[in-house]
Amino acid sequence: MSFNPEKWNVDLTKHRKRFFIGSGLSIVLGIVLLLTFGLNLGVDFESGSNVEIQADQTLTQEQLLDDFAAINESYTPNITLGGEQSQSATARFTVELSKDEITTIQTYFQDKYGHSPNVSTVSPLVGQELARNAILSVLIASIGIVIYIGLRFHYLYGVSAVIGLLHDAFIIIALFSLFQVEINVPFIAAVLTVVGYSINDTIVTFDRMRENINKEKEINSFEHLAQIVNKSLLQVLTRSINTVLTVLFAAVALLIFGGEAIRSFSLALVIGLIAGTYSSMFLCAQMWLVWEWKRQKKLKNKPKKTEEEYI
Amino acid sequence: MVKKGKIVLFFLIIALFASGIAYFAKPVVNDVSLGLDLQGGFEVLYEVEPMNEGDEINQDSLLATTTALNERVNTIGVSEPNIQIEGENRIRVQLAGVEDQETARDILATGAELTIRDVDDNVLLDGSDLTQNGASASVHPEKNQPIVTLTLNDADKFGEITREISERPLGENLLVIWLDFEEGDSFAEESKKQDPKYMSAASVNAPLHTRDVMIEGNFTTEETRFLAEILNAGALPVELNEIYSTSVGASLGEKAMNQTIFAGSLGVGLIFLYMVVYYRFPGIIAVITLSIYTFLVLVVFNAMNAVLTLPGIAALVLGVGMAVDANIITYERIKEEIKSGKSILSAFKVGSRRSFATIFDANITTLIAAGVMFYFGTSSVQGFAVMLIISILVSFLTAVYGSRVLLGLWVNSKFLNKRPGWFGVKRGEIDEL
Repeated sequence: MSFNPEKWNVDLTKHRKRFFIGSGLSIVLGIVLLLTFGLNLGVDFESGSNVEIQADQTLTQEQLLDDFAAINESYTPNITLGGEQSQSATARFTVELSKDEITTIQTYFQDKYGHSPNVSTVSPLVGQELARNAILSVLIASIGIVIYIGLRFHYLYGVSAVIGLLHDAFIIIALFSLFQVEINVPFIAAVLTVVGYSINDTIVTFDRMRENINKEKEINSFEHLAQIVNKSLLQVLTRSINTVLTVLFAAVALLIFGGEAIRSFSLALVIGLIAGTYSSMFLCAQMWLVWEWKRQKKLKNKPKKTEEEYI
Repeated sequence: MVKKGKIVLFFLIIALFASGIAYFAKPVVNDVSLGLDLQGGFEVLYEVEPMNEGDEINQDSLLATTTALNERVNTIGVSEPNIQIEGENRIRVQLAGVEDQETARDILATGAELTIRDVDDNVLLDGSDLTQNGASASVHPEKNQPIVTLTLNDADKFGEITREISERPLGENLLVIWLDFEEGDSFAEESKKQDPKYMSAASVNAPLHTRDVMIEGNFTTEETRFLAEILNAGALPVELNEIYSTSVGASLGEKAMNQTIFAGSLGVGLIFLYMVVYYRFPGIIAVITLSIYTFLVLVVFNAMNAVLTLPGIAALVLGVGMAVDANIITYERIKEEIKSGKSILSAFKVGSRRSFATIFDANITTLIAAGVMFYFGTSSVQGFAVMLIISILVSFLTAVYGSRVLLGLWVNSKFLNKRPGWFGVKRGEIDEL
């Protein structure tokens, strides 16, 4: 098998403005989506109760609504059917059911369908805390990453890498808002994984850029710098594609065959992996290119002293 | 000259690992303790509140509570309950394999604060007057009804109390036994109800100089056993408020797990196939080190007594992907060096060295992210982070060092010297120096 992108005559840096505009637009669109559609928060994040019903026969929404009405007239849960022949269902209550209510519901369904439903309850406190922790984690991780990359590389690499990872996390959230996929605790794990993957991918790309720049004696023009970045991107392209492909094999397999419980987890992974690969090459590297050139120009305009500080 | 010794050594190492994995695979896999979502069970998160006003919730009272909870869980017969203190005032209890949620809830959260009061709700005796393991379930000798008997420390004290009560007029000469008397409860209120909150109210006609007290009521045998056990386990030093609970049926968990394992194996199988097809000989080395990696991750995981959850399995599969990345970075580098006209030996050396820095930086940053996840996350996110951290560390060992040692044996044997095709490089792609 041969695949030699480093010999391709493509200029990836030429179209950087389009990438910036494209990503900028999708972020604006994402914000609009979040403000209008909002997120479909699972029971993990909102107060309420989930009743998971199992049966040996096919269930329908009407039938279950009738069942709940028979237990208590005020019960009008939101029902989602699951399983290949709809033998399972989740009824979501926006109120917290009391112990007695849970027992009544369990007895009713045990008698009628032969399976006692599982009931989970959550108070808003726990959900809010989870969401806050997740956001806090990403922000703290970002600061840690900027510091680490700042020490090993240069802070401009760190800043563009972190913008890339925030972009990837946001794209997942925006798409989940668009398709109204339910958000649960494993989803947070997925977003955090994507953050990890995205940074991993970006570092590998940056590492090659840094190596190629160190080989050059002097960089005189923006075109020269852009050409080096382009060369580096083409050099790591095979690796990027192969890596994302192999990880996608696993993520897609989990999405298709992994079962209901991790569906939103694996979907978030698939979206995030693709976004992560895109952002490393077309967003982070290009942002760095623009900023780095501005910085070099500033250095050149200044009196000589800083000449050796970098390169 | 091909050095056959190195190749023989390679096969010896492989044989060693293969037999090791074959021998230990079963016990290692069986040792993995499965999370609630995989084997079914019940999880409750409690917020701890002081029993009496002015009491303080601190590390000591939280520890005392977990000890009391542990004893209670033992009465349900759960072998390895997971009881964790979270934050300042939370306790998370995970009971794997428990299907009867209601009993579990009752056993956990019943305060079991026993008080014996008069009709005006004044405390006469409390749990501290009970002897160790002083409660037992038995049957009333005459009425043939299930009852609970209590053994008290001090017969004289009980005699004194009963003497006082027996002197009261009829209807007020009652000994009221309460479990979890709450502020606002009163005998006067409850006695009007069909199903009063107190456990029993026996009239006392004469002073009783005995250490044995009978609690009579409309109990079933099971109820009396439950009462006896919970009284013996001791009162909780604090009040537990349930703020979150979740439960997973074992069948649901099992189905989900089989699906996830199938999906995971399929994903890993595809990765293996791709590596061999794309990278040829190094690809085979990658498959070997990845198998060792998967095995070692499970060994380390068991050694840490961690619990495998669904997100954990997903993290394991993802970890395979990251280990693969380390191999891809190295092999791509080696291919590049071969194409630039270097000999196989120096291409291998330069490629391994240059790829190392890249892999190192990339893995450290992911490790930072995983560490933050572990520090700030809660149960399932934490489980995921643990798996990710183990994955990264083990992949460093196998995909970086292991891969280099194994491939190095072949390269140093000079067997591959004239065979760039084994690396997936065509002769036409090699630049002549």
